[in-house]
Amino acid sequence: MSLLDVRDIDSSYGRAQVLHGVSMTAEAGQIVAILGRNGAGKSSTLKAIMQLLPPHRGRVTFRDTDVTGWPPYRVARTGIGYVPEDRRVFTQLTVRENLEVGRRPAGPNGPGWTEDALFDLFPNLAERRDAPGRSLSGGEQQMLSVARTLMGNPALVLLDEPSEGLAPVIVSQMARAIARLRDEGLTVVLSEQNLAFARAVSDRALVLDHGTVRFDGSFDALEADPNIRDTYLSVSATSTP
Amino acid sequence: MGLILAQLLTGLANAGALFMVASGLSLIFGVTRIVNFAHGSFYMLGAYVGYSLMQVLPGAVGFWGAILLAGLVVGAIGALVEMIVLRPVYAAPELFQLVATFGVVLVVQDLALMIWGPTDLLGPRAPGLGSVVRIMGEPVPQYDLALIAITPGVALLLWLLIARTRLGILVRAATQDREMVGALGVNQRWLFTGIFGLGCALAGLGGALQLPKGGADLLMDFTILAQVFVVVVIGGMGSLPGALIASVLISVLNVFGVTYLPQSTLVLTYVVMVAVLLWRPFGLLGREEVAGEIGQVGRPEAPIAPAGGLRVALTVAALAALAALPLYAGPFARVLATDILIFCLFAASLHFLLGQGGLVSFGHAAFFGGGAYVAALLVRYADTPMALSILMAPLGAGLLALGIGAVSLRASGVYFAMLTLAFGQLLWSLVYQWGAVTGGDDGIVGVWPAAWATPDVFYWLTFAVSVGGILVLRHAAHAPFGYSLRAARDAPRRAAATGLDTRRLQLAAFTFAGAMAGLAGGLFVYSKGSIFPDELEIARSFEALIVVFLGGVKTLSGGWVGGAVFTGLEDLLTRFDYWRLALGLTILAVVLVFPDGLVGGLRRLSARRRPGGEPDE
Repeated sequence: MSLLDVRDIDSSYGRAQVLHGVSMTAEAGQIVAILGRNGAGKSSTLKAIMQLLPPHRGRVTFRDTDVTGWPPYRVARTGIGYVPEDRRVFTQLTVRENLEVGRRPAGPNGPGWTEDALFDLFPNLAERRDAPGRSLSGGEQQMLSVARTLMGNPALVLLDEPSEGLAPVIVSQMARAIARLRDEGLTVVLSEQNLAFARAVSDRALVLDHGTVRFDGSFDALEADPNIRDTYLSVSATSTP
Repeated sequence: MGLILAQLLTGLANAGALFMVASGLSLIFGVTRIVNFAHGSFYMLGAYVGYSLMQVLPGAVGFWGAILLAGLVVGAIGALVEMIVLRPVYAAPELFQLVATFGVVLVVQDLALMIWGPTDLLGPRAPGLGSVVRIMGEPVPQYDLALIAITPGVALLLWLLIARTRLGILVRAATQDREMVGALGVNQRWLFTGIFGLGCALAGLGGALQLPKGGADLLMDFTILAQVFVVVVIGGMGSLPGALIASVLISVLNVFGVTYLPQSTLVLTYVVMVAVLLWRPFGLLGREEVAGEIGQVGRPEAPIAPAGGLRVALTVAALAALAALPLYAGPFARVLATDILIFCLFAASLHFLLGQGGLVSFGHAAFFGGGAYVAALLVRYADTPMALSILMAPLGAGLLALGIGAVSLRASGVYFAMLTLAFGQLLWSLVYQWGAVTGGDDGIVGVWPAAWATPDVFYWLTFAVSVGGILVLRHAAHAPFGYSLRAARDAPRRAAATGLDTRRLQLAAFTFAGAMAGLAGGLFVYSKGSIFPDELEIARSFEALIVVFLGGVKTLSGGWVGGAVFTGLEDLLTRFDYWRLALGLTILAVVLVFPDGLVGGLRRLSARRRPGGEPDE
């Protein structure tokens, strides 16, 4: 069975339903990109997996365990890491203190991230290890947010729009970091509006529109179907990583 | 010179307990966002538990051991309270937890009365520290010097805990963004319980430490609470160094005040508080609250629906029955109904401010009591006829609200609430200490209704004015004024962008609500024939707040429904010996069963029965 199995979930903010029967899977070691326009339900899908937006229908199964309805901290403890879209760095805490909040013991066959390994992955952070979160640039905050989640030694990382609002040079650093995660054997589900970036780092694409899955398959198949591309993806998001 | 030094030392010694209690409150607020009204109760418990332990444990080791143990015991009690009472209501509307902690206050008061009895307990002296040291000729108690030495140690330990340990890092992270901390795998439930327990332990420690100086009595919970609020607000919510500085400032000020300005010690404290907040609206070392904080977004509020035909018919029938009350009921029921009507108007005015304006005031009694005092003073000094002085009451209270609102609305959220509290207490202390004019503690008596207002006529007057006032408040909610006020509440920036002057709107609402409370106060003074400073006090403000939350903030009728139920319940329960316990337990039961208030709960029940009717989730 797949590492992550999302089956037919509905989620709502108040009375506004944002996900309508979304299903998807992620195999161990795979990198899956969720694509779609603003408001298509990309972030909501990741939040629903994390149970920050608990689905009121359907199931989220991770490593054969049904985690639907669990409090987020328990979901995190089963090995799912979440990196939010708006980074949500603790601005009053230093870089190292931010990492400390995320620290959890490594699982039996996880890579076992340490502070040093993460400073190696994101050298920019190493220079600023004792700086408070509020003094970091947007790119550094994004790196810190990813690093903080990795400190929990997750098997699956949910990355919400990792390239959003970042300078091109930072975007390519982020792409290299994601490649490193794949080398370490991690599974990643990321949401992205930048098709070129998504294609460069991911194995599979999932296209969402109005909270419904419109496409699930390889990037080659996606390229071959201009109908999907033109209807559900904004054409402008094509800057190169 | 020697005297001044001795007084300075006394002030520093007094600051110790105050700091411990204040830092606990600050810590709890920072992480859980709960303003813990029960914090003074844990301080009181610390004193009583410490006293009992000192009776059992011998010698110096026993004395200090008892203090430490008292802190631990109170911390454990606090953690239990958090698990049983607060956990179920974290998801409830913001500040609803206040009601739960207020229930705890009442329960603890009566439990302490049951266990330790009504007489004040004299604290034992610390073994080996019972005498005085002469410093520049002035006697300074040895125990004061010990306290001066202990306090920085406790502060240092606390600072190390927050700045250097993993727990401290988690606390600071959770203070900023609880949801993210949870998403990183931290079980916030235990973090909350731990911090609540730690905060209560500090309060208990403070209570036990001050035993040799102040002993233990049943009033110390509210006495310290008002002081602690002042300290936390002056220092800045959530700032430990701020709490330390403010504790020293207030304690030293108090000691000097007692010597040089004995008539105005209370006023002095609140004047300092108001001055500091005017200079720095978030306290000496506090930080501005971030509006719309991440991860704390409440569920959207349902629009107000017009009342249906059945509801209108029922209301009209109930009002008719109430109007005809003197025709079929005796004087006892009439007095009770008068009390209820007046309190309903008072509660409805606060409810308007809270529900429509989203402005939580901790000092609304200032306008109720203010209106009452305006009427009473007019009678005492100008022999004003009843009709005119009842009319002047809302005017005076409205003016007062305009002034207080203009200053308080510079801040928002908890700081706004604290500013209103400060002004309320300032007014109370003025009335209390300016005896020559206001009669001080003896109040103003002999304010009876005019000759034409027989008891029945006065009842009808009260009925007409209260119901009329509540209808006016209700009407305002349905008027454009109400719409723009709710817009300013839900989306201040967008409201401002559409051209609304939100600050002015809120000031208008604050003044309006203050005037309505003053109207209730004007009626009140005539219904009782007298007025005492209690009506201005923090406890009265809290009572109104509790009533509004119990009734339900997010409903239009929550204010008066809560007022009616609360006053009726209080009247029923005060016949028992341990009525506080009963009332407290009732409040806790309501809080746990109806987290969205009585009206909200009833609405939810009726929605469940109606097929297709979905509860407001």
